[in-house]
Amino acid sequence: MNIYDIVFYLFAAITLASAFVVVTARNIIYSAFSLLFTFFGIAGLYVLLGADFIAVVQLMVYVGGILVLILFGVMLTNKITSVQIKTGTLQVIPAILGTALMAGVLIKIFTGTNWHSQMAQYPTKTTAYALGHILLTDYVLIFELLGILLLIALIGAATIARKEEKAS
Amino acid sequence: MVQVGLTHFLVISAILFSLGIFGIVTRKNAVMVLMGLELILNSANINFVAFSRYGNFGLNGQVVALFVIVLAAAEAAIALAIVLNIYKTFATVNVDEIDKLKE
Amino acid sequence: MTEALLLNISLVILLLPLLGFTTLILLGKKIPGSHWIETFFMFLALCLSVYVGFGKLAFFTGVSLVKEATWIQLWNIPVLGNLQIDLGIKIDNLTAIMLFVVTLISFLVHIFSLEYMKGDSRFSRYYAYLGIFTFSMLGIVLTHNILMMYIAWELVGISSYLLIGFWFEKKSASDASKKAFLVNRVGDTGMFIGIMILFTNYHTFTFDTIYAQIAQGHLPFNSPAWLTAAGIMIFMGAVGKSAQFPLHVWLPDAMEGPTPVSALIHAATMVAAGVYLIARVFVMLTADAMLTIAIVGMVTSFIAATIALTQNDIKKVLAYSTVSQLGYMVMAMGVGAYQYAFFHLVTHAFFKACLFLGSGSVIYAMHHEQDLRKMGGLRKKMPITYAAFLISTLAISGVPFTSGFLSKDGILAGTYAFASLTGHWMIPAVAFLVALMTAFYMFRLVILTFHGTPRDQERHDHAHESPFVMAMPLVVLSVLSVFFWYGLNPANPSTGWFLDKWVKTPTSIVPQGQRFDFMKSEVKETASAEKTAAGSTEAVVHSEHYMHAMHQAHYPAMGLSIILGGLGILLAFSMYQWKKIDPDKLAEKLGPIYRFSLNKWYIDELYGATFIGGALALSRLLAWFDKYVVDGLVNGAASLTRGVSKLGGLFDTYVVDGLVNFTAYLSGFIGIFFRKFQTGKVQTYVVFVIFSVIILLFIFRPFGF
Repeated sequence: MNIYDIVFYLFAAITLASAFVVVTARNIIYSAFSLLFTFFGIAGLYVLLGADFIAVVQLMVYVGGILVLILFGVMLTNKITSVQIKTGTLQVIPAILGTALMAGVLIKIFTGTNWHSQMAQYPTKTTAYALGHILLTDYVLIFELLGILLLIALIGAATIARKEEKAS
Repeated sequence: MVQVGLTHFLVISAILFSLGIFGIVTRKNAVMVLMGLELILNSANINFVAFSRYGNFGLNGQVVALFVIVLAAAEAAIALAIVLNIYKTFATVNVDEIDKLKE
Repeated sequence: MTEALLLNISLVILLLPLLGFTTLILLGKKIPGSHWIETFFMFLALCLSVYVGFGKLAFFTGVSLVKEATWIQLWNIPVLGNLQIDLGIKIDNLTAIMLFVVTLISFLVHIFSLEYMKGDSRFSRYYAYLGIFTFSMLGIVLTHNILMMYIAWELVGISSYLLIGFWFEKKSASDASKKAFLVNRVGDTGMFIGIMILFTNYHTFTFDTIYAQIAQGHLPFNSPAWLTAAGIMIFMGAVGKSAQFPLHVWLPDAMEGPTPVSALIHAATMVAAGVYLIARVFVMLTADAMLTIAIVGMVTSFIAATIALTQNDIKKVLAYSTVSQLGYMVMAMGVGAYQYAFFHLVTHAFFKACLFLGSGSVIYAMHHEQDLRKMGGLRKKMPITYAAFLISTLAISGVPFTSGFLSKDGILAGTYAFASLTGHWMIPAVAFLVALMTAFYMFRLVILTFHGTPRDQERHDHAHESPFVMAMPLVVLSVLSVFFWYGLNPANPSTGWFLDKWVKTPTSIVPQGQRFDFMKSEVKETASAEKTAAGSTEAVVHSEHYMHAMHQAHYPAMGLSIILGGLGILLAFSMYQWKKIDPDKLAEKLGPIYRFSLNKWYIDELYGATFIGGALALSRLLAWFDKYVVDGLVNGAASLTRGVSKLGGLFDTYVVDGLVNFTAYLSGFIGIFFRKFQTGKVQTYVVFVIFSVIILLFIFRPFGF
């Protein structure tokens, strides 16, 4: 068991444990904060997979952007002063059954398949340069479309969330 | 113990995926549902990056992961806007109370 | 003084007017006297271009300075493959000279306008437009690739549009600007096609790269006909911009703009850009293309000269004279007298700008009266304007000791030599005839304006010499119309530094057999091709044969041109000054011909009847077709449909409705059953989805577990 494996298990444990807390915690604030650790753990896994740039993007976009957005959502939709911040659960039994089955099937598939795994040759220093290159050549159309999509999302979010004008 | 390889990452992603599904199904609060959704997207991302690493496809998997992150950001923005709107309309964000579709 | 320094200074020259434009457009109304900023920038640009011109012509006479950078580089574009577009500037001798000409005239026009446009409500905007025009003109001059040239080309088009229509409250001005814009589009479309022919084959816009490939025998679509087509198509752009027949109709109308603008854009610089373009692509013109160009130029110069004989508007005469002179330059390019064409471009820029500014000065003095028939006797009142105007008129008429004499003479000799080598005697014959007519109508203009007795006493009494800022540009430009700026020998320009050192005919790179015999190089073919590839296009190519013919042609042409010019002047004096011949009676005698010329050969009417009328008639026909045929069909179809629908209605009520109602009952029944699953809760649906997926996985076992 070398250092790579130890680090892997460490991050896997962080990820799964905090993800478990996310979906089970009664208090939504706890969920939101343990989601932070989940994202952090996943970023660690990315680093282990040699995807340094993705890891950084993960931290910046998820932790810096999406998580903050979610926290705002929590704050804006709950009266902080009231006790209502706890959220209820429903259909726990079928959910446990279903997800356990799902996880079982997936793990069975993943472990049962004979993957022709082969380590990819990555640039030694950083993947950022190669990623940028591939992004602006092979994927340039998708890249542009995503830009448009983000714009649409921005406008759409602003339109949906803004205060209703008084009908006059 | 087996050397950490592709399968390990895939198993992690499978468990994460199931936890996400569990979150979506069981929680009442719409924001919580969104968090579950984020977990699912992340598990898919782990798969992409892992296959990119072990599948010898070059960096294509990472690029797709990048795109997924962008989509997740857009999705989160729109979804939270919708949640806010729902909150304004129904004065609640509990998804089980919002069943107007039934009628 | 290094190459890099010169190139950087040229970039500064290029961007200064743009800076002025931006400043004036954004802040023009807020800063009083903001036009001084633009004028100051132009002065700076003038000083810098003098510096660049001196540096280039004195220290880098034989080489071209190039600075380029990749603008767009894309790989894997569908269909096109790799796409690389370079931006860059190239300074050769032509560029250095043009830089000076453009900035000088632009600066003088800025100065002139200070007084001429004073009190106009859009004063600062006027200066902004001048700035954007100068910027784009410098862009044409400096660029080293045809794409940038096309962009700048369209930019001068738009600034010309804005300036012609500057007084857009006048309907005639806004109409003229639209006409100029639309007519130019026709030419520019051709030019664009030409550019695309080149680009499709060479995947680059850079002139030198394209020429290097042609020199190596790589022709467009492997056919010399396509090379000819590319040359003629690019020449189309010059036809539009330089107002060549049949697209010359916009230039006389463009005189609706302010007079300094006419001097700058529609006489000295922009219209000459067409000639400059031909000079740029000269090396790739085949014999057929050159002959086309020569004939177009010839026809243009002839038509315009005949029209100019009878016009009564001072600016119209000058406009047609401009068209005629541009035809001269284009013709000279076509017959291979490259040096003289460019020489004439420069000299013409100075004396024609002087003439226009002079006419501006007269119009200003006469309180915006442009009709020749109401002028006369202004010589005493406006001595400076008269002197400058007279010198320029002498220059354009080709009187010895003027710059115009040198360049015009060269062109005439060029056509003469061309004819003696190829047998196209029509071209020199028309050229000499035009020289005669030019001298005549220009002196008619001078006599009617400045000599004799005033025909409108009241206006004449109020006339006065223009103030210093308007007189100064006139003096500068008329001084530049004298021979010694271009060479010390007033009879033979080819020994002067302008032609001997600065402007050389470039090596033609067109394959042998596709070009005129006399264009063949004395240097070995391979050596010249390599030279072109290396970016140096400045080598003399004319064969001994041609030089001999040119030499022989020189003195006969000169003698003939002096005689014809003198004859024209004499005729003008005898008709308008000494009244020996009554011009009105002559007009009566020549009735139809006179009216033909007065009405500009009815070309506008012809276009009105054919293109415009044709378009209208076609639209009317289509409207009629639409109204009766299409609408009739539609109406017929409608009543038919109505009949059918009545029938269908009966069927509907009994058969279809019965079925539908039955279906509705059935679905209602099923709905009641399935409604229990439709809780309206998203999460329930998710659970269903998960279970379904798992069940499907178990059924199909896609991964073989």
